[in-house]
Formats: sequence, C-alpha cells, structure tokens
Amino acid sequence: MSKFDISKLPKGPKGFMHDWGSDQRAFKGVPWGKSMMWIFLLSDTFIFSCFLISLMTARASTVVPWPYASEVFGLTVFGTSVPLLLIAIMTFVLITSSGTMAIAVKYGYEKNRKLCGWFLVATALGGLTFVGMQAFEWSKLIFHDGVRPWGNPFGAEQFGAFFFMVTGFHGTHVSIGVIFLFIFARKVFRGDFETGRRGYFTSMKSDYEAIEILGLYWHFVDLVWVFIFAFFYLW
Amino acid sequence: MTTDKKQEVHTHKIGIYLWIWGLLFVFSFFSYMVDYINYQGLLRWSLIIFFMLVKAGLIMAIFMHLYWERWAIVNVLLWPMTAIGVFIAIMAAESYYTFFSRMFYFVVGS
Repeated sequence: MSKFDISKLPKGPKGFMHDWGSDQRAFKGVPWGKSMMWIFLLSDTFIFSCFLISLMTARASTVVPWPYASEVFGLTVFGTSVPLLLIAIMTFVLITSSGTMAIAVKYGYEKNRKLCGWFLVATALGGLTFVGMQAFEWSKLIFHDGVRPWGNPFGAEQFGAFFFMVTGFHGTHVSIGVIFLFIFARKVFRGDFETGRRGYFTSMKSDYEAIEILGLYWHFVDLVWVFIFAFFYLW
Repeated sequence: MTTDKKQEVHTHKIGIYLWIWGLLFVFSFFSYMVDYINYQGLLRWSLIIFFMLVKAGLIMAIFMHLYWERWAIVNVLLWPMTAIGVFIAIMAAESYYTFFSRMFYFVVGS
C-alpha cells in the first residue's frame, strides 16, 4: 500500500488540508473498499433519512390521531401488558450483535482466525434472531390486528404504510447482512485471507480489511435501528 | 508485505468494545424507560433525541472507528448530515402549513 509512514502526517484540521491538497489520493491509509463502503453508507443514510423525514411530514400534517406505538407494539406477559417489549428485546439483540461484530473485527486484525470466525457466526445468529422477531411482529400486526398499508384499526391510515416501508427496508438490510456474515465466516474459517484464495464474485485476493468493511455495514444497520427506534417506536 | 501491514493496523483492547457495548445497553434501557414511565411532551422528545444521539455517536466513533480515522474522511462523512438537517427544517415547515390548511378547510370550511 502506501510507501510513506502515515503516522508522521499532520493530524486534525491540518491533516484535513494536507490530505485534500495532496497528490493522488485524499483518503490516506483508507483501503478503497472501505472508502467505497463509507460512500455507500452515506447514500443509504440519505435513503433512510428520506423515509424518516416523510414519516415526520405525514405525522405532523395529519388531522387524525397517530396510533400510539407504545400500545400497538405492547405485549401481554403473564397477564400484564408491557409496552414495546418485543421492540426493546429486538434493540438489545441488535446491539449485542453489533458488539460481537466489533470484537470479530478486532480478532480479524489480530489474525486470530478461529475467534474472528466464531464472533462472525455469533453476529449472524443475532441478526437472524432479530429478523425472526421482526417476522413475528409483522405477522402479529397483519393477521391479528389487521394493519394494512392503507389502513389500520388504531388511527391515521399512513401508519401501516410507514411501518411496512421503514421496518421492511431495515429488515432487508439486516437479512442481506446476515447472508454476508455467513459467507465471510466461511471464508475466515477456510483461511481465505491467509492462503490468498480469490473471491468467487470478485476473483480478487482479500484481507481481514474485508471484515472491517463488513463490520461498517453491520454497525450501520444497528445505527439506523437507533433512529427508527427513536422516531417510529418511541416518539 | 506482512510486516508492512502489521505496522499500519492498530487494534484496540477488547475492553473498550465491551465498555461501549455496556453503555449502549444502558442508554437503550434509559430510552425504553422514557416510554415505560410514560413521559410526555417536550421532556419525552428531548430525552429520546438525547439518548439517540449519544448511542449513534458511540457506535460511529468507536464501533465504526471514526474516532481513529483521519479528518479527510470524517469531514466527508459528517458534513452531508447538515443537508439532512436543512431538509428536516424545510419539511417541518411544510407539514405545519399542510396541517394548518387541513384544519382550516376541514374544520372552518371552504
């Protein structure tokens, strides 16, 4: 990669001027895959922002009361109704999988193949649990409560459309992430990054950097959930 | 090549990830408690936004390693968020206007 020592470059605002004013590349020490993932995540941020901003617009402009998420998503456990219980558990599961992902990235960079692989598997299982609970939540709302994109028994009609769109788009992201987590766990266990085995789609050699890039995606999915949790479920 | 990589890549102690993990749990629990205790109005909204931003900041800074990245990429990623902020302001004004005209024409009559 870079032939110069990156730690000797100026840091902070001075480093910003230096890097952007320099030759050839602005993102020093950032592998191209990582900067591409960041740019993809930036564009994804805009997509999710558009969803949440239109949710705000619909909710603030409707004259019909908005369904109270705390009750809509409440569960009855042992005869007492607990507000938002399933959503809270989903949040904790996703945060836990984000934590295991961060540890997988760490062990990847330390070239600890086994632990990196197992933490990737743990992350994927966390994601699967999340998607499973989301499927339960969807089926409860569709079949039990009769929520539809064009109407629901709780209040403003747009509620269903936003619920399916926002959580569906996020759930799709989680599902894609789970698939890639399993693929990369297999690569790590097989030792692809040590033997320099070429990828099936890219036919390029890869490195443990790939785990950090996958981690960026996974943490982003968690990050988006933080905002959905705040704006859709709690607000 | 391998020695090159070793110098370049710095890993962090596992403790920092476990700490952030724990903090995210605590802040998620707090934001859940906002709903459980059933705070309403301005207190509810400000608490929700505060916990949301703290959690987002921790995830981005530590889990996504932005704290250790160079300013060149950090600035590229964070400045576009101001565009989202402007968009939120525009659409908030727009939706209040829509609400006002709906109230006016539905309730007062045309």
